[in-house]
Amino acid sequence: MIQVRDLVKRYGDKAALNGVSFGIGAGEVVGLLGLNGAGKSTTMNILTGYLHMDSGSVKVGGFDLLSQPLKAKAQVGYLPEQPAFYGNMRVKEYLNFICDLRGAARTRAARRLHVDDICARVGLEGMQNRLVRNLSKGYRQRVSFAQALAGDPKVLILDEPTVGLDPSQIQDIRALVRNLGKERTVLISSHILSEISELCSRVLVLKEGTLVADDSPRSLAARTRQAHKARLRVQATLEEARAALEQAPGNPKIDSLGTLEEGTTELAFTLDRGLDARVEAFKALAKAGLPLLYTYGAEPSLEDIFLHLVGRAGEEEA
Amino acid sequence: MRAVFKRELRAYFQGALGFVFIAVFYFFTGYYYFTYNLLGGTADFARLFAMLFSIVLFMVPILTMRLMSEDRSARTDQILLTAPVTRAGIVWGKYLAALCVYLLAISGTLVTALVTAAFTPPDWPVYLGNVLGLVLLGGALIAMCMFLSGLTESQVIAALLGFAATLFLFLTDALSTAFREPWLKSALYYLSFSKRYQPFTYGLLELSNTAFFLSIAALFLFLCSLTLEKRQAG
Repeated sequence: MIQVRDLVKRYGDKAALNGVSFGIGAGEVVGLLGLNGAGKSTTMNILTGYLHMDSGSVKVGGFDLLSQPLKAKAQVGYLPEQPAFYGNMRVKEYLNFICDLRGAARTRAARRLHVDDICARVGLEGMQNRLVRNLSKGYRQRVSFAQALAGDPKVLILDEPTVGLDPSQIQDIRALVRNLGKERTVLISSHILSEISELCSRVLVLKEGTLVADDSPRSLAARTRQAHKARLRVQATLEEARAALEQAPGNPKIDSLGTLEEGTTELAFTLDRGLDARVEAFKALAKAGLPLLYTYGAEPSLEDIFLHLVGRAGEEEA
Repeated sequence: MRAVFKRELRAYFQGALGFVFIAVFYFFTGYYYFTYNLLGGTADFARLFAMLFSIVLFMVPILTMRLMSEDRSARTDQILLTAPVTRAGIVWGKYLAALCVYLLAISGTLVTALVTAAFTPPDWPVYLGNVLGLVLLGGALIAMCMFLSGLTESQVIAALLGFAATLFLFLTDALSTAFREPWLKSALYYLSFSKRYQPFTYGLLELSNTAFFLSIAALFLFLCSLTLEKRQAG
């Protein structure tokens, strides 16, 4: 649905995007991650036709953005980072204007149905006659969402859709994205990595205008998993547990993490790389006859993965 | 283009701008008609239209000040430029909306002609030539001031730039006498809106003057489109 090849964009001497390539299939929900200035918004602005690329090619829905810009843009609904409105318009009037712009639902009856449908999807029922400028931030974000849905675009590009919203509004918007992702291709950027982890089947990570990762959160976790580290809860005293675990191979390092449950000890257990700390801990404790109640493998969060990728890319460049 | 046109036209009348613009034009049209034609007892519209020339020069920047700058400051240009609409469509939509309000504003001259016709038949060809001149003048100025509005995010600065440009056009005749260089004199003479406009007030329809105003409008509409393209280039 989206094909990006060797995308290059420079602002003066600084390369905002430096040969970025990726493809997104129909029905995928893909997250775009990167630190500030990594090129996320530039990528999104180019995909929507707001910015021109210096070189490379972008196809949306099979239409080339340079040679068939109007057809390509008709495939895309865009939620900008900062919602943009004509403040003196009412919600219904604004959505009608966007439908006019996109040539959607041209007859009066079809238009009314379409606008009502969009408003129902984003939770704007009963707000259609309100002035946009008088709405709360959460409702304005919903209006911005609604305009992105005008004309039923096949691709949705959402730039930081939950920024500045309260927790309840964030939950509503995430539920909305989850529903929209069932029938559309969605590219979403966010600083909230748990949000990307929750919503996306695939993650693109940009660093200084270069794509440093393109994979599912699970595969990225596997790449960055630290199997030689584990957290243990053992039904024993610290001394008993330490004595048993010190018998494990791979230079075991044992640190006490205190007690969370009566009669147990919480430990951080680290071995040499190449060994699985959970397996070796189980064997050593079983041999000593000490019950192992929990093992927490060092499953990295998306934050860990992201920082690892960005950090490692930095080391490689250095 | 139709969507942009409809929105811009509605925007003029959702606030006071459209109504005030039209009211001010009607006021000055009525005032000059009363003093020159009714008190003077003449059906000659030349003086009325000559006075309207300066009113147009100073009112058009107010009409156009928000046309492009508002989109930059409110970031609504993102909505327009990411929609399946051409840059020319955006520019033409905005231009035609402003032109429509302008035509409504100068329609007051039609009332004066009809009132005159109740007493004595006016010289209709001369009157129509005057109206055509006023339309062409307004069309060129709207395009020029709309382009200037696209250079800034501030509506106030857009209006000031428009005033500066129209003031320059107002003074080109005086300036042309201040220089000795023949090429500069002829350049200023060529650019003089008032010299181009005057023949219309005599009822003279000259192709060169018509082409001049149309060319100015086309040039600035093209530059307006280029401004949008430059913004897309980042």
